[in-house]
Amino acid sequence: MMTEGMFTNYFLPGIWITIQVTLYSAALGLVVAFAIGRLRASRLWIVRFLAGCYFEIFRGLSALILMFWLVFALPVMFRWQLVPLWAAVLALGLTYGAYGSEVVRGALAAVPAAQREAGIALGFTRFQRLRRIELPQAWPEMLPPFNNLLIELLKGSALVSTVTVADMTFAGNLVRLGSNESAPIYTLLLVLYFVMAFLLTRGMRLLERRAKANVGQGRLRASLAPREEAGEGHGALTAGGAR
Amino acid sequence: MNWDWSVVDEFMPRFWDGVGVTLRALLFGSLIAFALGLVWAMAQRSGHRWVRWPVNAVTEFIRDTPLLVQLFFLYYVLPEWGPSMSALTTGIVGLGLHYSTYTAEVYRAGIGGVPAGQWEAATALSLPRSRTWIAVILPQAIRRVVPALGNYVISMLKDSPMIAVIGALDMFGQAEGYSNETFTAEAYTVVGIAFLVIAYPASLLIRYLERRLALTR
Repeated sequence: MMTEGMFTNYFLPGIWITIQVTLYSAALGLVVAFAIGRLRASRLWIVRFLAGCYFEIFRGLSALILMFWLVFALPVMFRWQLVPLWAAVLALGLTYGAYGSEVVRGALAAVPAAQREAGIALGFTRFQRLRRIELPQAWPEMLPPFNNLLIELLKGSALVSTVTVADMTFAGNLVRLGSNESAPIYTLLLVLYFVMAFLLTRGMRLLERRAKANVGQGRLRASLAPREEAGEGHGALTAGGAR
Repeated sequence: MNWDWSVVDEFMPRFWDGVGVTLRALLFGSLIAFALGLVWAMAQRSGHRWVRWPVNAVTEFIRDTPLLVQLFFLYYVLPEWGPSMSALTTGIVGLGLHYSTYTAEVYRAGIGGVPAGQWEAATALSLPRSRTWIAVILPQAIRRVVPALGNYVISMLKDSPMIAVIGALDMFGQAEGYSNETFTAEAYTVVGIAFLVIAYPASLLIRYLERRLALTR
């Protein structure tokens, strides 16, 4: 299927690049999601408006086009060049961060108002309330939709191959060009992505269980209140539905 | 900032060609996704394990792997076994197939939301199974899921530039071709803005639909 050299020189490093791109853009996306998600519930209308603009713009843009724009148009227009890997991470992180901000906003809004009022009554500052009361309770609610987004992000990481970042899809294309045999390599690629998605899902389930245990929502609560039907609510944001 | 309006003017004819291709891919891709997704959703409710299980496995696999690699697979591998398709046809099939696994979940939720009494009533009236689906269950289920399906059309629009990677000349493919030929970059910006201009009103429309259908349910 592919020569030894092809495998060790391109394919294995490609797998590592795919993992790196996914993790870096997930980290950036998480930061963006929390920042924008929180600001969209700000007291100041101008902050709310600007955060809303960010959300609408990056949700409406295609990650692929943003990536090409950062890699090919930005250097021409502003004489400012990014390394393709970082441009790709930036494009993915900003896009999926916008999707994530909706998850954060929704989960924070779903924390019962009484919790916030209790914090006020106890004289907590706004930041203390956010850190000690609202986030710990909202976090378990965010994890399932975040998992969906993470899988979307992993899939989106294949796009970086189009801006010459040598991830595993890029290596796969090289193998096809080199050997003219496309069936085995693309099958292998699909299986690898599937396995990665599977592992990510397992990891996120574990996180979710621990996060729930931390705020006293153990197995018991979960069994008493069956999970609501997934699929409609988040729509295109949490592409993937029930998982 | 480097910006030349004459480049934009020169790109415009190709841009409109690209818009046509993008919209065509979106239309036919959506039709495939809506139809095939319904097939998946109904198969997942089948009484036979050997229908349910493979359909679940296949849809899960397609949903969890990148559309880009699937497009490569359809474009480069499939012709080894069967007839080859044009880049645009491959793109439409790829988009439709990929999104059918998402719409299947939407339909599944919609069908699951139809009260059990409706099924029982159909049984009590001894309606045949096909008529139960067509006349009783689906009209109620699909109505509920129209906004969610619309959201996936918007998602598909945003994924449609991927078909340019296998050579279909949609908006993005035209921009890429033009920029490479002329060593300019304005076309990427034009196409990026075009996406916003299409996607934002579309998402407003979906939100409006969501509110309307929710009120009259």
